[in-house]
Amino acid sequence: MNPLDLLIEPLRYEFMVLALSATVLAAVVCALLSCWLVLVGWSLMGDAVSHAVLPGVVLAYVVGAPFALGALVFGLLAVVLIGVVRGTSRVKEDAAIGIVFTTLFALGLVLISVTPSQTDLNHIIFGNVLGVSLGDLLQIGVLGAVAFVLLVLKRRDLTLYSFDPVHAHAIGLSPRLLGALLLGTLALTAVVALQVVGVVLVVSMLIIPGATAYLLTDRFGRMLVIAPVVSALCSVAGIYLSYYLDTASGGMVVLAQGAVFALVYLFSPRHGVIGRGAAALRRRRLASAGG
Amino acid sequence: MTAPALEVGGVSVHYGDVLALDRVSLMLDAGQVCGLIGINGSGKSTLFKTIMGLVRPDSGTVRIDGGTPSTARRAGLVGYVPQSEDVDWDFPISVRDVVMMGRYGRMGITRRPRGQDRDAVDSALERVELTAFAERQIGQLSGGQRKRAFVARGIAQGAGLLLLDEPFAGVDRRSEQTISRLLAELAADGRTVLVSTHDLAALPRLAERSIMLATRVLMHAPTAEVLRPENLARAFGLDPAEGAA
Repeated sequence: MNPLDLLIEPLRYEFMVLALSATVLAAVVCALLSCWLVLVGWSLMGDAVSHAVLPGVVLAYVVGAPFALGALVFGLLAVVLIGVVRGTSRVKEDAAIGIVFTTLFALGLVLISVTPSQTDLNHIIFGNVLGVSLGDLLQIGVLGAVAFVLLVLKRRDLTLYSFDPVHAHAIGLSPRLLGALLLGTLALTAVVALQVVGVVLVVSMLIIPGATAYLLTDRFGRMLVIAPVVSALCSVAGIYLSYYLDTASGGMVVLAQGAVFALVYLFSPRHGVIGRGAAALRRRRLASAGG
Repeated sequence: MTAPALEVGGVSVHYGDVLALDRVSLMLDAGQVCGLIGINGSGKSTLFKTIMGLVRPDSGTVRIDGGTPSTARRAGLVGYVPQSEDVDWDFPISVRDVVMMGRYGRMGITRRPRGQDRDAVDSALERVELTAFAERQIGQLSGGQRKRAFVARGIAQGAGLLLLDEPFAGVDRRSEQTISRLLAELAADGRTVLVSTHDLAALPRLAERSIMLATRVLMHAPTAEVLRPENLARAFGLDPAEGAA
Protein backbone atom coordinates (compact mmCIF):
# COMPACT_ATOMS: atom_id res chain seq x y z
CA MET A 1 0.00 0.00 0.00
CA ASN A 2 1.54 3.34 -0.88
CA PRO A 3 1.59 6.16 1.69
CA LEU A 4 -1.12 8.14 -0.08
CA ASP A 5 -3.51 5.21 0.28
CA LEU A 6 -2.74 5.12 3.98
CA LEU A 7 -3.95 8.70 4.17
CA ILE A 8 -6.99 8.25 1.93
CA GLU A 9 -8.27 4.94 3.17
CA PRO A 10 -9.82 6.17 6.46
CA LEU A 11 -11.52 9.02 4.61
CA ARG A 12 -13.85 6.52 2.92
CA TYR A 13 -15.80 6.52 6.16
CA GLU A 14 -18.00 9.53 6.83
CA PHE A 15 -17.40 9.28 10.58
CA MET A 16 -13.67 9.64 10.02
CA VAL A 17 -14.14 12.77 7.91
CA LEU A 18 -16.38 14.27 10.58
CA ALA A 19 -13.92 13.27 13.30
CA LEU A 20 -10.99 14.84 11.49
CA SER A 21 -12.89 18.06 10.81
CA ALA A 22 -14.10 18.40 14.39
CA THR A 23 -10.67 17.67 15.83
CA VAL A 24 -8.81 20.12 13.62
CA LEU A 25 -11.38 22.81 14.30
CA ALA A 26 -11.17 22.34 18.06
CA ALA A 27 -7.40 22.10 17.92
CA VAL A 28 -7.00 25.39 16.07
CA VAL A 29 -9.30 27.42 18.32
CA CYS A 30 -7.90 25.91 21.53
CA ALA A 31 -4.33 26.47 20.37
CA LEU A 32 -4.99 30.12 19.60
CA LEU A 33 -6.44 30.69 23.06
CA SER A 34 -3.69 28.68 24.73
CA CYS A 35 -1.09 31.28 23.68
CA TRP A 36 -2.61 33.78 26.10
CA LEU A 37 -3.49 31.24 28.78
CA VAL A 38 0.09 30.06 29.23
CA LEU A 39 1.40 33.63 29.37
CA VAL A 40 -1.20 34.93 31.84
CA GLY A 41 -0.71 31.81 33.96
CA TRP A 42 -4.28 30.63 33.60
CA SER A 43 -3.61 26.97 32.85
CA LEU A 44 -5.39 25.93 36.03
CA MET A 45 -8.30 28.17 35.10
CA GLY A 46 -8.56 26.32 31.79
CA ASP A 47 -8.62 23.04 33.68
CA ALA A 48 -11.31 24.41 35.97
CA VAL A 49 -13.64 25.74 33.31
CA SER A 50 -13.39 22.61 31.19
CA HIS A 51 -14.35 20.38 34.14
CA ALA A 52 -17.03 22.69 35.47
CA VAL A 53 -19.07 22.50 32.26
CA LEU A 54 -20.01 18.85 32.92
CA PRO A 55 -23.22 19.46 34.96
CA GLY A 56 -24.29 22.02 32.34
CA VAL A 57 -23.95 19.46 29.59
CA VAL A 58 -25.90 16.83 31.55
CA LEU A 59 -28.70 19.24 32.38
CA ALA A 60 -28.85 20.39 28.78
CA TYR A 61 -29.21 16.74 27.77
CA VAL A 62 -32.04 16.23 30.27
CA VAL A 63 -34.07 19.26 29.12
CA GLY A 64 -33.18 18.79 25.46
CA ALA A 65 -31.26 22.05 25.06
CA PRO A 66 -28.03 22.33 23.03
CA PHE A 67 -25.01 20.96 24.98
CA ALA A 68 -23.13 24.15 24.24
CA LEU A 69 -25.67 26.32 26.02
CA GLY A 70 -25.53 24.33 29.25
CA ALA A 71 -21.76 24.16 29.10
CA LEU A 72 -21.43 27.88 28.56
CA VAL A 73 -23.72 28.69 31.49
CA PHE A 74 -21.77 26.45 33.86
CA GLY A 75 -18.39 27.54 32.55
CA LEU A 76 -19.24 31.14 33.31
CA LEU A 77 -20.85 30.15 36.62
CA ALA A 78 -17.57 28.48 37.61
CA VAL A 79 -15.59 31.62 36.77
CA VAL A 80 -17.96 33.79 38.81
CA LEU A 81 -17.92 31.41 41.78
CA ILE A 82 -14.12 31.26 41.76
CA GLY A 83 -14.00 35.04 41.76
CA VAL A 84 -16.51 35.23 44.63
CA VAL A 85 -14.73 32.67 46.83
CA ARG A 86 -11.35 34.28 46.22
CA GLY A 87 -12.57 37.85 46.58
CA THR A 88 -14.72 37.48 49.69
CA SER A 89 -12.78 35.03 51.84
CA ARG A 90 -9.17 34.46 52.84
CA VAL A 91 -8.95 31.38 50.59
CA LYS A 92 -6.29 31.85 47.90
CA GLU A 93 -6.99 31.61 44.18
CA ASP A 94 -5.63 28.13 43.45
CA ALA A 95 -7.63 26.70 46.35
CA ALA A 96 -10.76 28.55 45.21
CA ILE A 97 -10.32 27.12 41.71
CA GLY A 98 -9.80 23.61 43.08
CA ILE A 99 -12.88 23.78 45.30
CA VAL A 100 -15.24 25.16 42.68
CA PHE A 101 -14.30 23.00 39.72
CA THR A 102 -14.11 19.68 41.54
CA THR A 103 -17.46 20.35 43.20
CA LEU A 104 -19.13 21.20 39.88
CA PHE A 105 -17.47 18.21 38.20
CA ALA A 106 -18.73 15.97 41.00
CA LEU A 107 -22.21 17.41 40.55
CA GLY A 108 -21.95 16.44 36.90
CA LEU A 109 -20.93 12.86 37.79
CA VAL A 110 -23.85 12.54 40.22
CA LEU A 111 -26.26 13.90 37.61
CA ILE A 112 -24.98 11.36 35.09
CA SER A 113 -25.53 8.54 37.59
CA VAL A 114 -29.21 9.44 37.99
CA THR A 115 -29.82 10.15 34.31
CA PRO A 116 -30.86 7.29 32.02
CA SER A 117 -28.79 6.61 28.91
CA GLN A 118 -25.44 6.70 30.68
CA THR A 119 -23.37 5.72 27.67
CA ASP A 120 -24.00 8.99 25.84
CA LEU A 121 -23.00 11.16 28.75
CA ASN A 122 -19.84 9.25 29.54
CA HIS A 123 -18.70 10.34 26.10
CA ILE A 124 -18.66 13.90 27.40
CA ILE A 125 -16.10 12.89 30.02
CA PHE A 126 -13.78 10.93 27.78
CA GLY A 127 -14.72 12.31 24.39
CA ASN A 128 -16.21 10.49 21.45
CA VAL A 129 -14.83 12.10 18.38
CA LEU A 130 -15.74 9.12 16.20
CA GLY A 131 -19.39 9.63 17.13
CA VAL A 132 -19.55 13.29 16.07
CA SER A 133 -22.63 13.87 13.90
CA LEU A 134 -23.00 16.49 11.19
CA GLY A 135 -25.24 18.45 13.59
CA ASP A 136 -22.53 18.35 16.29
CA LEU A 137 -19.96 19.51 13.78
CA LEU A 138 -22.13 22.46 12.74
CA GLN A 139 -22.67 23.40 16.38
CA ILE A 140 -19.00 23.35 17.32
CA GLY A 141 -18.20 25.00 13.99
CA VAL A 142 -20.34 28.01 14.86
CA LEU A 143 -19.01 28.25 18.42
CA GLY A 144 -15.45 27.77 17.27
CA ALA A 145 -15.84 30.45 14.62
CA VAL A 146 -17.21 32.94 17.16
CA ALA A 147 -14.32 32.29 19.55
CA PHE A 148 -11.79 32.42 16.70
CA VAL A 149 -13.04 35.75 15.35
CA LEU A 150 -13.20 37.33 18.81
CA LEU A 151 -9.65 36.22 19.59
CA VAL A 152 -8.22 37.38 16.28
CA LEU A 153 -9.95 40.77 16.34
CA LYS A 154 -8.96 41.52 19.94
CA ARG A 155 -5.56 39.80 19.87
CA ARG A 156 -3.55 42.97 20.46
CA ASP A 157 -5.67 44.02 23.45
CA LEU A 158 -5.48 40.52 24.91
CA THR A 159 -1.71 40.54 24.54
CA LEU A 160 -1.55 43.93 26.25
CA TYR A 161 -3.73 42.52 29.03
CA SER A 162 -1.41 39.53 29.41
CA PHE A 163 1.75 41.61 29.40
CA ASP A 164 0.84 44.72 31.39
CA PRO A 165 -2.74 45.10 32.69
CA VAL A 166 -1.73 48.20 34.67
CA HIS A 167 -0.76 49.97 31.47
CA ALA A 168 -4.06 48.89 29.91
CA HIS A 169 -5.80 50.59 32.82
CA ALA A 170 -3.56 53.66 32.54
CA ILE A 171 -4.58 54.30 28.93
CA GLY A 172 -8.27 54.02 29.72
CA LEU A 173 -8.92 50.40 28.71
CA SER A 174 -10.65 48.02 31.09
CA PRO A 175 -8.46 45.11 32.21
CA ARG A 176 -11.54 43.61 33.86
CA LEU A 177 -13.39 43.57 30.54
CA LEU A 178 -10.41 42.06 28.73
CA GLY A 179 -10.09 39.39 31.40
CA ALA A 180 -13.80 38.64 31.01
CA LEU A 181 -13.35 38.34 27.24
CA LEU A 182 -10.56 35.83 27.75
CA LEU A 183 -12.67 33.82 30.21
CA GLY A 184 -15.73 33.95 27.95
CA THR A 185 -13.79 32.60 24.99
CA LEU A 186 -12.29 30.01 27.33
CA ALA A 187 -15.79 28.72 28.18
CA LEU A 188 -16.75 28.71 24.47
CA THR A 189 -13.59 26.90 23.51
CA ALA A 190 -13.91 24.31 26.24
CA VAL A 191 -17.32 23.42 24.81
CA VAL A 192 -15.87 23.03 21.34
CA ALA A 193 -13.08 20.76 22.51
CA LEU A 194 -14.93 18.56 24.95
CA GLN A 195 -16.83 16.84 22.13
CA VAL A 196 -13.50 15.78 20.72
CA VAL A 197 -11.23 14.83 23.59
CA GLY A 198 -13.69 14.93 26.50
CA VAL A 199 -13.78 17.01 29.66
CA VAL A 200 -10.76 15.35 31.21
CA LEU A 201 -8.38 16.02 28.32
CA VAL A 202 -9.64 19.44 27.12
CA VAL A 203 -7.09 21.17 29.27
CA SER A 204 -4.26 19.59 27.31
CA MET A 205 -5.52 21.21 24.11
CA LEU A 206 -5.74 24.51 26.01
CA ILE A 207 -2.19 24.42 27.34
CA ILE A 208 0.19 22.23 25.32
CA PRO A 209 0.08 24.09 21.97
CA GLY A 210 0.71 27.50 23.55
CA ALA A 211 3.50 26.14 25.72
CA THR A 212 5.09 24.41 22.70
CA ALA A 213 5.00 27.58 20.61
CA TYR A 214 6.36 29.61 23.54
CA LEU A 215 9.49 27.44 23.52
CA LEU A 216 9.96 28.01 19.79
CA THR A 217 9.74 31.77 19.39
CA ASP A 218 10.22 35.13 21.12
CA ARG A 219 7.46 36.76 19.08
CA PHE A 220 3.87 36.58 20.22
CA GLY A 221 2.60 37.07 16.67
CA ARG A 222 4.49 33.93 15.61
CA MET A 223 3.14 31.98 18.57
CA LEU A 224 -0.35 32.69 17.25
CA VAL A 225 0.60 30.91 14.01
CA ILE A 226 2.84 28.14 15.33
CA ALA A 227 0.46 26.94 18.06
CA PRO A 228 -2.59 26.33 15.81
CA VAL A 229 -0.50 24.76 13.04
CA VAL A 230 1.31 22.39 15.38
CA SER A 231 -1.90 21.55 17.18
CA ALA A 232 -3.77 20.84 13.91
CA LEU A 233 -0.96 18.59 12.67
CA CYS A 234 -0.90 16.70 15.97
CA SER A 235 -4.66 16.23 15.77
CA VAL A 236 -4.53 14.77 12.30
CA ALA A 237 -1.61 12.53 13.26
CA GLY A 238 -3.43 11.44 16.41
CA ILE A 239 -6.65 10.56 14.59
CA TYR A 240 -4.81 8.55 11.88
CA LEU A 241 -2.72 6.73 14.46
CA SER A 242 -5.80 5.86 16.47
CA TYR A 243 -7.41 4.50 13.29
CA TYR A 244 -4.54 2.21 12.40
CA LEU A 245 -3.55 1.24 15.93
CA ASP A 246 -7.18 0.89 17.02
CA THR A 247 -6.68 3.07 20.10
CA ALA A 248 -8.71 5.82 21.79
CA SER A 249 -8.72 8.78 19.42
CA GLY A 250 -9.00 11.61 21.98
CA GLY A 251 -6.16 10.12 23.97
CA MET A 252 -4.07 9.64 20.82
CA VAL A 253 -4.47 13.31 19.85
CA VAL A 254 -3.29 14.44 23.25
CA LEU A 255 -0.41 11.96 23.22
CA ALA A 256 0.72 13.37 19.89
CA GLN A 257 0.66 16.89 21.32
CA GLY A 258 2.55 15.77 24.41
CA ALA A 259 5.17 14.01 22.26
CA VAL A 260 5.73 17.10 20.13
CA PHE A 261 6.02 19.23 23.26
CA ALA A 262 8.64 16.81 24.61
CA LEU A 263 10.66 17.08 21.39
CA VAL A 264 10.47 20.87 21.41
CA TYR A 265 11.30 20.99 25.11
CA LEU A 266 14.45 19.03 24.37
CA PHE A 267 15.53 20.33 20.99
CA SER A 268 14.15 23.85 20.52
CA PRO A 269 17.15 25.85 19.23
CA ARG A 270 16.79 28.75 21.63
CA HIS A 271 14.74 27.52 24.57
CA GLY A 272 15.14 23.72 24.49
CA VAL A 273 17.12 21.94 27.17
CA ILE A 274 19.43 20.07 24.78
CA GLY A 275 19.27 22.80 22.13
CA ARG A 276 20.66 25.28 24.64
CA GLY A 277 23.30 22.82 25.82
CA ALA A 278 24.40 21.99 22.27
CA ALA A 279 24.74 25.67 21.43
CA ALA A 280 26.89 26.19 24.51
CA LEU A 281 29.02 23.16 23.57
CA ARG A 282 29.55 24.46 20.02
CA ARG A 283 30.62 27.81 21.39
CA ARG A 284 33.10 26.13 23.72
CA ARG A 285 34.50 23.92 20.91
CA LEU A 286 34.86 26.95 18.67
CA ALA A 287 36.59 28.84 21.44
CA SER A 288 39.05 26.00 22.19
CA ALA A 289 39.66 25.36 18.46
CA GLY A 290 40.36 29.04 18.00
CA GLY A 291 42.69 29.15 21.06
CA MET B 1 -3.62 80.47 34.71
CA THR B 2 -3.45 76.81 33.70
CA ALA B 3 -4.34 73.96 36.05
CA PRO B 4 -1.48 72.15 37.78
CA ALA B 5 -0.31 68.98 36.02
CA LEU B 6 -1.10 66.96 39.12
CA GLU B 7 -3.07 67.97 42.15
CA VAL B 8 -3.64 65.59 45.06
CA GLY B 9 -5.94 67.06 47.71
CA GLY B 10 -6.33 65.54 51.17
CA VAL B 11 -6.17 61.92 49.97
CA SER B 12 -6.53 59.19 52.60
CA VAL B 13 -6.40 55.48 51.78
CA HIS B 14 -7.07 52.56 54.13
CA TYR B 15 -6.28 48.89 53.49
CA GLY B 16 -8.61 47.30 56.00
CA ASP B 17 -7.53 48.81 59.33
CA VAL B 18 -4.16 49.98 58.01
CA LEU B 19 -3.84 53.62 57.09
CA ALA B 20 -1.68 53.74 53.94
CA LEU B 21 -2.04 57.43 53.05
CA ASP B 22 -3.03 60.10 55.53
CA ARG B 23 -4.48 63.33 54.10
CA VAL B 24 -1.82 63.57 51.39
CA SER B 25 -1.84 66.83 49.48
CA LEU B 26 0.61 67.87 46.81
CA MET B 27 0.71 69.91 43.65
CA LEU B 28 3.04 69.53 40.68
CA ASP B 29 3.35 72.14 37.95
CA ALA B 30 4.03 71.09 34.39
CA GLY B 31 7.64 70.83 33.30
CA GLN B 32 9.36 69.41 36.35
CA VAL B 33 10.87 66.20 37.64
CA CYS B 34 9.82 65.48 41.20
CA GLY B 35 11.42 62.82 43.39
CA LEU B 36 9.38 60.71 45.79
CA ILE B 37 11.22 59.14 48.71
CA GLY B 38 10.24 57.22 51.81
CA ILE B 39 10.89 53.88 53.45
CA ASN B 40 9.08 50.70 52.36
CA GLY B 41 5.49 50.93 53.45
CA SER B 42 5.55 54.73 53.44
CA GLY B 43 2.79 54.77 50.83
CA LYS B 44 4.77 55.51 47.65
CA SER B 45 3.17 52.69 45.66
CA THR B 46 -0.27 53.44 47.08
CA LEU B 47 0.13 57.08 46.03
CA PHE B 48 0.97 55.97 42.47
CA LYS B 49 -1.99 53.60 42.43
CA THR B 50 -4.29 56.35 43.67
CA ILE B 51 -3.08 58.79 41.02
CA MET B 52 -3.70 56.13 38.36
CA GLY B 53 -7.11 55.31 39.74
CA LEU B 54 -6.23 51.71 40.68
CA VAL B 55 -7.00 52.48 44.31
CA ARG B 56 -10.05 54.54 45.25
CA PRO B 57 -9.25 56.97 48.08
CA ASP B 58 -11.51 56.98 51.16
CA SER B 59 -11.43 60.74 51.03
CA GLY B 60 -9.79 63.48 49.01
CA THR B 61 -9.45 64.10 45.29
CA VAL B 62 -6.94 63.64 42.48
CA ARG B 63 -6.93 66.01 39.50
CA ILE B 64 -4.71 65.52 36.47
CA ASP B 65 -4.38 68.51 34.19
CA GLY B 66 -7.49 69.87 35.89
CA GLY B 67 -9.60 66.78 35.07
CA THR B 68 -10.56 63.58 36.81
CA PRO B 69 -8.13 60.63 36.66
CA SER B 70 -10.48 58.63 34.41
CA THR B 71 -10.75 61.49 31.91
CA ALA B 72 -6.97 61.85 31.99
CA ARG B 73 -6.49 58.13 31.40
CA ARG B 74 -8.83 58.07 28.44
CA ALA B 75 -7.00 61.09 27.00
CA GLY B 76 -3.74 59.12 27.32
CA LEU B 77 -2.23 61.67 29.71
CA VAL B 78 -0.92 59.17 32.27
CA GLY B 79 2.21 57.19 31.42
CA TYR B 80 3.45 54.51 33.77
CA VAL B 81 6.85 52.82 34.06
CA PRO B 82 6.41 49.69 36.20
CA GLN B 83 8.85 48.27 38.73
CA SER B 84 11.10 45.59 37.27
CA GLU B 85 9.63 42.80 39.38
CA ASP B 86 6.14 43.55 38.02
CA VAL B 87 7.18 42.77 34.44
CA ASP B 88 7.42 39.30 32.84
CA TRP B 89 10.77 39.76 31.05
CA ASP B 90 10.36 36.38 29.28
CA PHE B 91 7.20 37.59 27.55
CA PRO B 92 7.57 37.01 23.79
CA ILE B 93 7.36 40.63 22.78
CA SER B 94 9.81 43.00 21.09
CA VAL B 95 10.87 46.43 22.30
CA ARG B 96 9.00 48.00 19.39
CA ASP B 97 5.80 46.15 20.31
CA VAL B 98 6.03 47.36 23.91
CA VAL B 99 6.40 50.97 22.76
CA MET B 100 3.52 50.48 20.30
CA MET B 101 1.29 49.56 23.25
CA GLY B 102 1.53 53.22 24.25
CA ARG B 103 -0.54 54.02 21.15
CA TYR B 104 -3.39 51.56 21.78
CA GLY B 105 -5.62 54.19 23.41
CA ARG B 106 -5.49 56.19 20.18
CA MET B 107 -6.10 53.32 17.77
CA GLY B 108 -9.20 51.68 16.33
CA ILE B 109 -10.88 48.68 17.89
CA THR B 110 -8.43 46.07 16.58
CA ARG B 111 -5.39 48.31 17.38
CA ARG B 112 -4.01 48.03 13.89
CA PRO B 113 -1.10 50.52 13.71
CA ARG B 114 -1.33 53.31 11.14
CA GLY B 115 1.43 55.47 9.74
CA GLN B 116 1.17 58.07 12.49
CA ASP B 117 1.45 55.33 15.13
CA ARG B 118 4.59 53.89 13.53
CA ASP B 119 6.08 57.38 13.28
CA ALA B 120 5.34 58.07 16.95
CA VAL B 121 6.98 54.77 17.94
CA ASP B 122 10.03 55.42 15.77
CA SER B 123 10.60 58.87 17.19
CA ALA B 124 10.04 57.68 20.77
CA LEU B 125 12.63 54.91 20.26
CA GLU B 126 15.04 57.46 18.84
CA ARG B 127 14.41 59.78 21.75
CA VAL B 128 15.49 57.14 24.28
CA GLU B 129 18.29 55.89 21.98
CA LEU B 130 16.90 52.38 21.53
CA THR B 131 16.35 52.42 17.77
CA ALA B 132 19.07 49.81 17.25
CA PHE B 133 17.44 47.53 19.82
CA ALA B 134 13.86 47.84 18.57
CA GLU B 135 13.52 44.25 17.36
CA ARG B 136 15.02 42.63 20.47
CA GLN B 137 12.90 40.62 22.84
CA ILE B 138 12.27 42.90 25.83
CA GLY B 139 14.20 40.71 28.28
CA GLN B 140 17.33 40.91 26.14
CA LEU B 141 17.89 44.52 27.16
CA SER B 142 20.06 45.71 30.06
CA GLY B 143 18.38 47.07 33.20
CA GLY B 144 18.70 50.69 32.10
CA GLN B 145 17.57 49.98 28.55
CA ARG B 146 14.47 48.22 29.87
CA LYS B 147 13.49 51.34 31.78
CA ARG B 148 14.06 53.51 28.74
CA ALA B 149 11.86 51.22 26.65
CA PHE B 150 8.96 51.83 29.03
CA VAL B 151 9.69 55.57 29.10
CA ALA B 152 9.50 55.43 25.29
CA ARG B 153 6.08 53.82 25.63
CA GLY B 154 4.96 56.86 27.66
CA ILE B 155 6.45 59.22 25.06
CA ALA B 156 4.73 57.43 22.15
CA GLN B 157 1.54 57.60 24.16
CA GLY B 158 1.92 61.38 24.42
CA ALA B 159 1.60 61.26 28.21
CA GLY B 160 1.91 64.61 29.96
CA LEU B 161 2.36 62.93 33.34
CA LEU B 162 4.96 60.17 33.70
CA LEU B 163 5.00 58.00 36.81
CA LEU B 164 8.15 55.93 37.41
CA ASP B 165 8.21 53.40 40.24
CA GLU B 166 11.78 52.69 41.42
CA PRO B 167 13.44 53.08 38.00
CA PHE B 168 16.96 52.82 39.42
CA ALA B 169 16.63 49.42 41.10
CA GLY B 170 19.09 47.04 39.42
CA VAL B 171 20.42 49.78 37.13
CA ASP B 172 24.10 50.71 36.98
CA ARG B 173 25.34 54.22 37.68
CA ARG B 174 25.89 55.18 34.04
CA SER B 175 22.38 54.07 33.02
CA GLU B 176 20.96 55.88 36.02
CA GLN B 177 22.59 59.09 34.79
CA THR B 178 21.28 58.49 31.25
CA ILE B 179 17.76 58.02 32.58
CA SER B 180 18.00 61.12 34.80
CA ARG B 181 19.15 63.19 31.84
CA LEU B 182 16.35 61.82 29.67
CA LEU B 183 13.73 62.65 32.29
CA ALA B 184 15.11 66.18 32.62
CA GLU B 185 14.78 66.64 28.85
CA LEU B 186 11.22 65.37 28.92
CA ALA B 187 10.41 67.83 31.70
CA ALA B 188 11.97 70.62 29.67
CA ASP B 189 9.45 69.74 26.93
CA GLY B 190 6.66 70.47 29.39
CA ARG B 191 5.99 66.99 30.74
CA THR B 192 5.65 66.29 34.43
CA VAL B 193 7.62 63.41 35.91
CA LEU B 194 7.11 61.82 39.33
CA VAL B 195 9.80 59.29 40.29
CA SER B 196 9.88 57.13 43.39
CA THR B 197 13.34 55.97 44.41
CA HIS B 198 15.39 54.49 47.21
CA ASP B 199 18.55 55.84 45.66
CA LEU B 200 19.13 59.03 47.63
CA ALA B 201 22.53 59.62 46.05
CA ALA B 202 20.88 59.81 42.63
CA LEU B 203 18.21 62.23 43.78
CA PRO B 204 20.05 65.59 43.32
CA ARG B 205 20.89 64.71 39.69
CA LEU B 206 17.33 63.56 39.10
CA ALA B 207 14.99 66.10 40.62
CA GLU B 208 15.03 69.73 41.65
CA ARG B 209 12.26 69.15 44.12
CA SER B 210 11.36 66.09 46.12
CA ILE B 211 8.58 64.79 48.30
CA MET B 212 9.31 62.88 51.48
CA LEU B 213 6.48 60.51 52.26
CA ALA B 214 5.72 58.64 55.48
CA THR B 215 2.01 57.87 55.14
CA ARG B 216 1.63 61.65 55.10
CA VAL B 217 3.75 64.22 53.27
CA LEU B 218 6.62 65.14 55.60
CA MET B 219 8.25 67.56 53.18
CA HIS B 220 7.82 68.86 49.66
CA ALA B 221 10.79 71.10 49.04
CA PRO B 222 13.95 71.56 46.94
CA THR B 223 15.84 68.28 46.86
CA ALA B 224 18.91 69.68 48.63
CA GLU B 225 16.73 70.69 51.55
CA VAL B 226 14.90 67.36 51.69
CA LEU B 227 18.26 65.58 51.78
CA ARG B 228 19.56 67.51 54.81
CA PRO B 229 20.59 64.98 57.46
CA GLU B 230 18.19 66.29 60.07
CA ASN B 231 15.30 65.97 57.58
CA LEU B 232 16.29 62.49 56.43
CA ALA B 233 16.51 61.41 60.02
CA ARG B 234 12.80 62.15 60.35
CA ALA B 235 11.90 59.78 57.53
CA PHE B 236 14.67 57.21 57.50
CA GLY B 237 16.63 57.53 60.69
CA LEU B 238 19.87 57.66 58.68
CA ASP B 239 22.03 60.12 56.78
CA PRO B 240 22.34 60.49 52.97
CA ALA B 241 25.84 59.00 52.80
CA GLU B 242 24.52 55.83 54.39
CA GLY B 243 21.42 55.86 52.22
CA ALA B 244 23.53 55.87 49.10
CA ALA B 245 25.44 52.74 50.07
